[in-house]
Amino acid sequence: MTIPPGAADPAPALELRDIRKSFGSVVALRSGTIEVDAGSIHALVGENGAGKSTLVKIVAGLYRRDAGVFRLEGAEVDFTSTADSKAAGIAVIYQEPTLFPDLSVTENVFMGRQPVGRFGRIDRKAMRAEVDGLFQRLGVRIDPDRPADGLSIADQQVIEIAKAISLDAKVLIMDEPTAALSGVEVDRLFQIARSLRDEGRAIVFISHRFDEVFDLCDTVTVMRDGAYISTSRIADTNVDEIVRQMVGRDVTELFPKQETTIGDPLLEVEGLTSAGIFHDITLTVRSGEIVGLAGLVGAGRSEVARAIFGVDHYQSGTVRLNGKPVPAKSPTAAMRLGLALVPEDRRKQGLVLDSSVSRNTTLAIREQLAKFGIITSGFENRAARVWASRLEVKTNALSTVAGTLSGGNQQKVVLGKWLATEPTVLIIDEPTRGIDVGTKAEVHRLLSELAGQGMGILMISSELPEVLGMADRVLVMREGRITAEIDRADATSENVMFAATHAEEQHS
Amino acid sequence: MSTATTTPTSNVTKRLGAIGKAREFGILLALVIVIIAATAANPNFLFSADGWRDLLLTPSILVLVAVGQAIVLITRNVDLSVGSVLGLTAYLTGRLFIDFPGIPIIAVFVIAVAFGGVLGLINGALVAFAKVPAMVITLGTLYAYRGINVLWTGSDRINASDLPKSFLALGTEQFLTIPILTIIALVVLIIAGWYMKNTRGGREFYAIGSDPAAAELYGLRVTRRLLTAFLLSGALAGLGGVLYAARYGTINSQAGSGWELDAVGAAVIGGVAIVGGVGSVWGAAIGAVLLLTINRALPILGIPDFWQRAVVGVLIIGAIVLDRVLAVRQKRKLIEARDDS
Repeated sequence: MTIPPGAADPAPALELRDIRKSFGSVVALRSGTIEVDAGSIHALVGENGAGKSTLVKIVAGLYRRDAGVFRLEGAEVDFTSTADSKAAGIAVIYQEPTLFPDLSVTENVFMGRQPVGRFGRIDRKAMRAEVDGLFQRLGVRIDPDRPADGLSIADQQVIEIAKAISLDAKVLIMDEPTAALSGVEVDRLFQIARSLRDEGRAIVFISHRFDEVFDLCDTVTVMRDGAYISTSRIADTNVDEIVRQMVGRDVTELFPKQETTIGDPLLEVEGLTSAGIFHDITLTVRSGEIVGLAGLVGAGRSEVARAIFGVDHYQSGTVRLNGKPVPAKSPTAAMRLGLALVPEDRRKQGLVLDSSVSRNTTLAIREQLAKFGIITSGFENRAARVWASRLEVKTNALSTVAGTLSGGNQQKVVLGKWLATEPTVLIIDEPTRGIDVGTKAEVHRLLSELAGQGMGILMISSELPEVLGMADRVLVMREGRITAEIDRADATSENVMFAATHAEEQHS
Repeated sequence: MSTATTTPTSNVTKRLGAIGKAREFGILLALVIVIIAATAANPNFLFSADGWRDLLLTPSILVLVAVGQAIVLITRNVDLSVGSVLGLTAYLTGRLFIDFPGIPIIAVFVIAVAFGGVLGLINGALVAFAKVPAMVITLGTLYAYRGINVLWTGSDRINASDLPKSFLALGTEQFLTIPILTIIALVVLIIAGWYMKNTRGGREFYAIGSDPAAAELYGLRVTRRLLTAFLLSGALAGLGGVLYAARYGTINSQAGSGWELDAVGAAVIGGVAIVGGVGSVWGAAIGAVLLLTINRALPILGIPDFWQRAVVGVLIIGAIVLDRVLAVRQKRKLIEARDDS
């Protein structure tokens, strides 16, 4: 670790201690702690949902902490906006960079703090010259005059980095910057990151790829379930230890999966390909089987689900249900054939938030309910009551607006909506994201029951314990490809995590 | 990261720049064609003192309002209240001259523009703080401001005889054959165009319209900019109101009604994207001139009254379709450029 000259003060560049943050009843962060020194690259690792993003958003000024200590170079700070954080010398590079698509690359770098001359006139020449200098220093060739629209993620990240440098940011946080980059691009990014470190900046690097963490970083902090677990020097630790700290949970107790008899194939997907999103996806879901689809966020799992259900287009491949082909791009046809998709984002994709519980529950079967094209609330309520009681939706009345329910109850309503269509195969994307532990167990019991009745379930989940506990078979995706297929008996946190992060070794 | 071998300023940028300019050039070309056609049918359309004067004078006030509208549209908002603001300030102008005889003309200008600005600021505050879509807010204030106007005016009207001669002269007088109104519009246009292109404030309007969420992440002062945009739109509608009074002399409670649609139409025809982030006040100004010139040219070309409104509709839809096609083409080119490099 190089300490910048003249820095007698040993206070870390960025220090967060026991940071707490909750949204309503959901605790996103219980005790976030990280200490980053100037002139070092510090990895922050953890499973999806471990609280890393919340921590980053607090540093970025997007969220305010409920409790805990937040210091920059030893001085306590409290940001109320992103402008505060920026002014304090913090730059955050998000996984999906946020640029202004209609404006030029140069304008994007300088927006809000362009060099100005007389009458507040922006000095375009100075701006252009500085961008040229920045890009030269970063060793990239992006046309500074083109609009940001249409740039690759890698180029967009470079622009974000250029922005951070021109701001002279002391702390640079990169949230999974390599998720969408190719090998060459990653090398370039690392080169840049190292040179920034050598200039004495503090860098926080969030990544799921351990090879990268070990290649690039000096220190690593592990988080799990919204809490700090450990900090170690990279030289003193290894991948196995970090993975153990990340997952370290007793998996078996939580998920009382029933034994089922697995029957004939129901859903058969062959060679499904959508350019740039997923490639050659082949999978089968049998009667009574829960197939877990694991992988990191962005691996293309939800996209596969959407393509199977006919929401998104795909270039080649076939989907068959009960032996019958499922046409592309027609969710209606998929529904008729007996397919159901419980989407990832229940607030945006699963529910009509302003409508009642009973209307939401009966949304997918409204055509069957209608008499002469008219649906009365009586029909709706009768049908909704069945599902509400079966799924134990906790609400005072079926007329309650869906948006006011808790996450768990919302999820039950979405499930009820799709179960009402009596599907033979249920695709469920992140079944328990953001819902409390009790309801989680209920959802798991329900899924297990449904499989017991002969339904085929394709369950996408970013929570390893859920995948390991529920799935009869685990498929792991990485960067748009299925990289491993592991039976329930053989599946462990380590081998699933490994397949999700290291592609090459698992290709067969 | 690009491993480009081309020079930083590639051909693509030049071609793209050409498309952007082509948008305003195209609308200018359409305007020239309309003028040529109308002049061919009746040479007096251009080659007479009155023809020349009308050509410049008719669109001048709408240009002002359209410039304000364009600024708001660029921030991904809309100001539907401009017609009502214009009407209200026009009536205020008349009242000032009647109730305060001998009031200096410049004072009336200042008061009216400030009044319009306040009305715009009310819109802006409702949009920025209440977080209600501008479409809804300004539709509400469209009726509210008009309601105040009706309440205040009643069946009363202001006549040219109530206004000082020197003020009315502003509406018709020319300087080197160019109407004063046109000169005012042109000065405002040049300042607004310069501001939008060359200052932080101007560029931030584009940024906010291009991606409001990113603007927040950048730490831009979004609230302040939105207030400014609506303030400008209101102030320009206010200026339009004074000039309306000078030009027409007669003001009743319905002055300026329907102008909001002409202003939005002018901006859209001129290439300002309804979803924000794209376009220029110059385009909107040329759009305003085209819109009103076509209206005057069609009767000369012998096109029945009935079709005249339809032509405006076709123009607006055509402009939006053209923008969409250009946007798709540009996106494809940009992606190609990325893959090439």
